[in-house]
Amino acid sequence: MKQSSVVVDLLLLLLTISVLTTPAFSDLVLSKVERRIDVTSQFARVTKSLKVVNPGSESVSEFMLTFPKFLGNNLAYLSVKTKRPLANLSVKKADPKGIPDSISVYSVALPKTLSKGDSLTLEVVATFTNVLQPFPEKITQGEIHLVMLQESAQYLSPYTVESQSLSIKLPNARIESYSKLENTKLQGSELKYGPYKNLPPFSYSPIVVHFESKAAFAVAEKLVREIEVSHWGNVQVTEHYNVVHRGAQLKGEFSRLDFQARPNPRGVSAFRHLLARLPPRAHSIYYRDDIGNISTSEMQSDSKKTELLIEPRFPLFGGWKTFFTIGYGLPLSDFLFASEGKRFVNISFGSPMIDLVTEKIIVQVVLPEGSKDISVTTPFAVKQSQEIKYSHLDIAGRPVVVLEKNNVVPDHNQHIQVYYKFSNINLLSEPLMLISGFFVLFITCIIYTRADFSISKSSPTYLAKLQWDEVVATLQEVQSIIQKCLAAHDKLEASLRDLSRTGDIQTCKAARKSTDSLLKDLSKELKPLLAFLQSSPSASHISPKVEELVVKEKELQEKLMAKHTTVVEGYEKKSSGRDIENRIASQQQKIIALRQEIEDLLEFIDEI
Amino acid sequence: MIHEFDPYFNYRTTLFLTEKGFYEFWNWFDSESWYPLGRIIGGTLYPGLMVTAALIYWALRFLRFFVHIREVCVLTAPFFASNTTLVAYFFGKEIWDTGAGLVAAVLIAICPGYISRSVAGSYDNEAVAIFALLLTFYLFVKAVNTGSLAWALGSAFGYFYMVSAWGGYVFIINLVPLYVLVLLITGRYSMRLYIAYNCMYILGMLLAMQIRFVGFQHVQSGEHMGAMGVFLLMQVFYFLDWVKYQLNDTKLFQTFLRITVTSAILVGGIALGVGTASGYISPWTGRFYSLLDPTYAKDHIPIIASVSEHQPTAWSSFMFDYHILLFLFPAGLYFCFKRLSDATIFIVMYGLTSLYFAGVMVRLILVATPAVCLISAIAVSATVKNLTSLLRTKQKVSQTGSTKGAGSSKASSKVTLDQSQPFQKNGASALLVGVFYLLSRYAIHCTWVTSEAYSSPSIVLAARGAHGNRILFDDYREAYYWLRQNTPTDAKIMSWWDYGYQITAMGNRTVIVDNNTWNNTHIATVGRAMSSNEDEAYEIMRSLDVNYVLVVFGGVTGYSSDDINKFLWMVRIGGGVFPVIKEPDYLVNGEFRVDKGASPKMLNCLMYKLCYYRFGELTTEYGKPPGYDRARGGEIGNKDIKLEHLEEAYTTSNWIVRIYRVKPPTNRL
Repeated sequence: MKQSSVVVDLLLLLLTISVLTTPAFSDLVLSKVERRIDVTSQFARVTKSLKVVNPGSESVSEFMLTFPKFLGNNLAYLSVKTKRPLANLSVKKADPKGIPDSISVYSVALPKTLSKGDSLTLEVVATFTNVLQPFPEKITQGEIHLVMLQESAQYLSPYTVESQSLSIKLPNARIESYSKLENTKLQGSELKYGPYKNLPPFSYSPIVVHFESKAAFAVAEKLVREIEVSHWGNVQVTEHYNVVHRGAQLKGEFSRLDFQARPNPRGVSAFRHLLARLPPRAHSIYYRDDIGNISTSEMQSDSKKTELLIEPRFPLFGGWKTFFTIGYGLPLSDFLFASEGKRFVNISFGSPMIDLVTEKIIVQVVLPEGSKDISVTTPFAVKQSQEIKYSHLDIAGRPVVVLEKNNVVPDHNQHIQVYYKFSNINLLSEPLMLISGFFVLFITCIIYTRADFSISKSSPTYLAKLQWDEVVATLQEVQSIIQKCLAAHDKLEASLRDLSRTGDIQTCKAARKSTDSLLKDLSKELKPLLAFLQSSPSASHISPKVEELVVKEKELQEKLMAKHTTVVEGYEKKSSGRDIENRIASQQQKIIALRQEIEDLLEFIDEI
Repeated sequence: MIHEFDPYFNYRTTLFLTEKGFYEFWNWFDSESWYPLGRIIGGTLYPGLMVTAALIYWALRFLRFFVHIREVCVLTAPFFASNTTLVAYFFGKEIWDTGAGLVAAVLIAICPGYISRSVAGSYDNEAVAIFALLLTFYLFVKAVNTGSLAWALGSAFGYFYMVSAWGGYVFIINLVPLYVLVLLITGRYSMRLYIAYNCMYILGMLLAMQIRFVGFQHVQSGEHMGAMGVFLLMQVFYFLDWVKYQLNDTKLFQTFLRITVTSAILVGGIALGVGTASGYISPWTGRFYSLLDPTYAKDHIPIIASVSEHQPTAWSSFMFDYHILLFLFPAGLYFCFKRLSDATIFIVMYGLTSLYFAGVMVRLILVATPAVCLISAIAVSATVKNLTSLLRTKQKVSQTGSTKGAGSSKASSKVTLDQSQPFQKNGASALLVGVFYLLSRYAIHCTWVTSEAYSSPSIVLAARGAHGNRILFDDYREAYYWLRQNTPTDAKIMSWWDYGYQITAMGNRTVIVDNNTWNNTHIATVGRAMSSNEDEAYEIMRSLDVNYVLVVFGGVTGYSSDDINKFLWMVRIGGGVFPVIKEPDYLVNGEFRVDKGASPKMLNCLMYKLCYYRFGELTTEYGKPPGYDRARGGEIGNKDIKLEHLEEAYTTSNWIVRIYRVKPPTNRL
């Protein structure tokens, strides 16, 4: 279908050209035209060098570039330069009268008007997509991928061309057929037409080259690049690719056996890898799709670039599609600059993939929350709009600059600049929000635990709880007093030991006295507590234990005092150590037993 | 990344819920599964998990955290697992003391039996259900201990959550009445129990009826009748108590008791009989039967028996999942019996019943895990506490002994005489060291199991290469992604039901059968197609409007859980509905083989052809003839396979998944 329509196009073109009688253009003459078409990849990259001479009397400031319509419709990129002086010329689509529909016209504004006799050399680069037509359109797995290029052996121009030549660089593979005109030469993989001399305007002689292409016909139907600028030091780039193989469609079976067969794998028309050339110092690279991480990717990096070789989950044959996402972080300092009170992000527009054609690209530059006065400069025309994006902890949302462009080729990988104003104070808002959030949380927790939220202050359970709290407090006091008593006992024992060592009776007696008074005070303190415990109904199950504890403690005190007296008396009477020991032995045993009991009781109360 | 089979379905439904809202979700008719029947999703699932994830998602978005729903789904299970450890602490505290609670929390935090279902990405019903289960039990025990209406209410809501999350709620609604019954029999009836059970049962039942998938089962199905019976019994008890109080005469009361009890049992029995006979009360389902009688499923419902999760548990997997808990469990039971209370009776019953069910079905190890952890925690905590208290008193005694040791050596010798056993201190410290050694071994084991068995999703297979390097087989996702990208959006895929959820979720295509096995006939039809010869299968596939057939094949990689090894189940399930398919036709002398000695029917059935298509030309292992099947270790019997109605559409790089296109019918001449 496509094939035949192109052929019809060609015929129409020829017809219209032949009826075209009056060239409506100035009398410029192209003294020398060299055309070079590179078809080693999936698109055709045409470089032309045109030497323009003005032999007429009128000075000319405009130059017309023409393409056959079927090429012009697929024109993705066009740039015109002059070498001396080095300048980029502005090109715009023109629609002059008297030119048939089958020709697309672009008008180039010359850097200076050409007066009589002046000459100028123009360097034109044009990239066309979709001009390598697969033929046949459907192939099986084992067949090679043949494509067809249609062009004209002669340069289609509204001007007279004095001398011209064309060379087509073909991939280093099989060449099925090519149109043989006069002066046609095939040298290796280079096909040459010309030179042709002195051809009138709108000369056209169609040629068709049919050859094998080994290039990956990888086309991104849609590419969304999200560039998120964070002033914390990172530019995060996320790219979502919808890739399809636009070459000849696979028909029939796909056999894994044949695809993996050694030594003659069948399936040369498929591609397995894509290579992305990322900026240097790219980090935290990931490669995933809708259903998770894809583990088949390799990365190599040096100071100049980072190369990421990704392998889709399955090899792509003609017509097969896949979708994946790659993402990477870039250091902010390499891409963010300041000028005249504004900041600007300077980052590449197109995809980092090598030899990838993008049918529709959407670049979203996400600026930090609170950016103002946003403007964009691009080296070529794109559709612009703005959006708001919400990310973590955003309130107002982040401004997003959205740039859209159709039919993008690697030639479009030029830098764009997004200018905006941003104050550094905004940086602190999010941490402050987090801090205040946690602060409020903790404060509420503190208030909740400290404050009393019971609804009814007179309900029995509430009263019981209050009482119980009191009981617990009292119990703790009792415990501390008993502990003090025990400490006093220990002191007394220590004084006895000192006595046995030094024989100083006076200090021992003094210790006894102080302990006595201390114990008395403590027992005084203990009395009201005990009374409270006895009266309190909620302590009914504990108070007997506490009483027992106090009684035991008293007993222990008495026993200890008795022992103390005995020992001191013994020393006063100068009895032998053995004698004293014998006398206190029975007491000692009881003391130890009592002490043990007291400790058990304390532990029991502790557990309540 | 999301694991396994069911989580993909859950993820898909959650996505739908967050995108379309609750009412759309509730009324969702999914035409992508069970083609051409479709599935009423809202009415045939437990929505608890999805609603939970969606609520977390909405809450986070409200708090200005713009997360993706997938991230919420992946992390739901670990989040709830951490909540479970908290509940385990409180539960342990309730039945024993704080020490036991702490140990229980630690044990359950790393127990492999629970980690298996609570790793990130295991977005399954069980993830929240175990939390709900333990919470319900904890609140119920708390209600029984305190007799507080508030706790009983909490437990009813916990039960509601459990019902909304997992079919395992049947366990609660049977265990709790059983527990109440045991308390009644052992004479532990109290007002506290009455309040707790009645409140929990009535409210729990009413709440549970709000879940559409459960509906009126609480009053209509045989599985829930026990709870109702116990509820009525409680009323009888309460009534008797009241009568006893009124009568104040033992003899009169005895006769009254006899009359009421017999009449109550009679009335209950007659009601049950009439209900069952009239079909108002449905009999027990097959799954329930197969739990009580492990051999039931094998004879009656092959589809349940065919799932590896439903197999009886091997000893090794108990050891694998519980490790030392297996030995601590009986010790814990001993401590529980030593200090019997309402709470310990509950945990003992929970432990024993769930452990029995764990023995019947592998997947129920999960239900038993909290009980095993709790009871083991009691054992550990009680032992350690006893030992340390021994050590401590000993130290005190020796301290007091030493303080006056200088003064009197005799006294200290008498103190040592007081001790009941020699070497007590040394023994206690040795035992303590032993306990800590065991616990540290447990921790090491758990880490090892978790890293080896439960951390990697089973959808990505890992193997060790010849040089010890790790090789990943990501074939499943390769195939599903191929389906997603390179087939028409309305394509229908036929595969064995195991892969149904994954194909719908990852491949985004309509499947004939999936993991929700509600329609046995439909699955049997697929089983029949797979086990028929190509012509017959083609007729079936035409009638089901199938565009692609997907089979899983491990012959190249040696992956053993592939479709050939599952094939006998397909034959059995297909044969269960269509008597044309007979299992003996595929066996040779009762043996399943794929080599030259295989039965002719086997060699020509669709599954065999699809798996081994052009496999006979491939050399898989050095030194072996071409067509050597590494999964089964033999050369295949039919190397020259021609396909007439199907063609190979895609085969993954390691041949694990093979997809075939069904050709349109040829023109009749």
